[in-house]
Amino acid sequence: MILLDLFLGFLKVGCFSFGGAYGAVPLIREVVMKYGWMNDDEIAYMVAVSESTPGPIMINLATFTGSSEAGIIGALIATFAVVLPSFIVIILLTIALKNLLKNKYTQAAMNGLTASVIGIISATGIYMILSNTGINASVGFDMKALILTVVLSAVMFGYKPLTKKNLSPFVFIIVSAVCGILIF
Amino acid sequence: MNLLTDLFLTFAKIGAFTFGGGYAMISFIEDICVKKKKWITHEEMMNITIIAESTPGPVAVNCSTFVGYKQAGIKGALSATLGMVLPSFVIIFIISLFLNNFLENEIVAKAFKGIKIAVGILILSVGINMIRKMKKNRLSLSIMSISCIAMLIINIFSVNFSSVVLMLMAGIASLIIFSVSGKIKEENK
Repeated sequence: MILLDLFLGFLKVGCFSFGGAYGAVPLIREVVMKYGWMNDDEIAYMVAVSESTPGPIMINLATFTGSSEAGIIGALIATFAVVLPSFIVIILLTIALKNLLKNKYTQAAMNGLTASVIGIISATGIYMILSNTGINASVGFDMKALILTVVLSAVMFGYKPLTKKNLSPFVFIIVSAVCGILIF
Repeated sequence: MNLLTDLFLTFAKIGAFTFGGGYAMISFIEDICVKKKKWITHEEMMNITIIAESTPGPVAVNCSTFVGYKQAGIKGALSATLGMVLPSFVIIFIISLFLNNFLENEIVAKAFKGIKIAVGILILSVGINMIRKMKKNRLSLSIMSISCIAMLIINIFSVNFSSVVLMLMAGIASLIIFSVSGKIKEENK
């Protein structure tokens, strides 16, 4: 039955997709190809659509697959299934964590994890900036993108020192979308 | 405003703006949940980032569930997570029905090119902000730099190595160093 397949397939994705959006793509690919819901081209297209629409890629892919296989009910079931595992895991962890975090060994491990995740996030930002401007990639250097990167970075890092106010990330995203439409 | 409604609307707003995965979302969480609404502290945000990275599922869902649960129990977790999921659900559902050529739309493509640049900068600013606030000592600084360099190499050369494994290695290393140095201190007493 298609609804049950959608539920089980995306439950599996929700349970085993570690490490954020791009870590999830291979697993989603495996599941949707196994059931014959999408072929490679469709997956590539949907990953691109997910990247240019807001929201977690897993949810986007679940909604899309569910909708194209079984309409709105399918979309609801697939999306529910992909969210369910992390919802449950986080609630259990939040309850467990209260006491766990007081333990000095947990704290020691958390200190290492924190430092590491900060390094990983910084590296991701640097890498994204490099690949957007085409400095590192085979796509080739993109002058307009570099100019926009410099301007937006100046806005991001200059706003607070100059105005003493925090720059809202919402405004920042909207400004960048408008700039993109105007200059590219 | 009712707290549950507030959680729902706040996360719906965040959900509508999270392009480019979970890391960029941290800047929205910091802006709203830490600074404006004071629902969580910076330290709690760091903890949830780690937990989100090392548990399965979308980082966004992990964050909304955590913040919602902390504010108003299960009901809060449900409201926040529903809010988080709703915008992308609606958008993708509409695309799946009508827009076969969504990506060929020139304005969408151009706007997204701009957004992609902003997302890179947002993520870097999240990193810098976290570095500024972290407890700095020799161990944490070296773990941070090694992870950063390793992750850059992994990305640039498309090495098949998960960031989760990198994090876990750092956690284990830190735990071992803590236990060993603790023993040395005890022996010196």
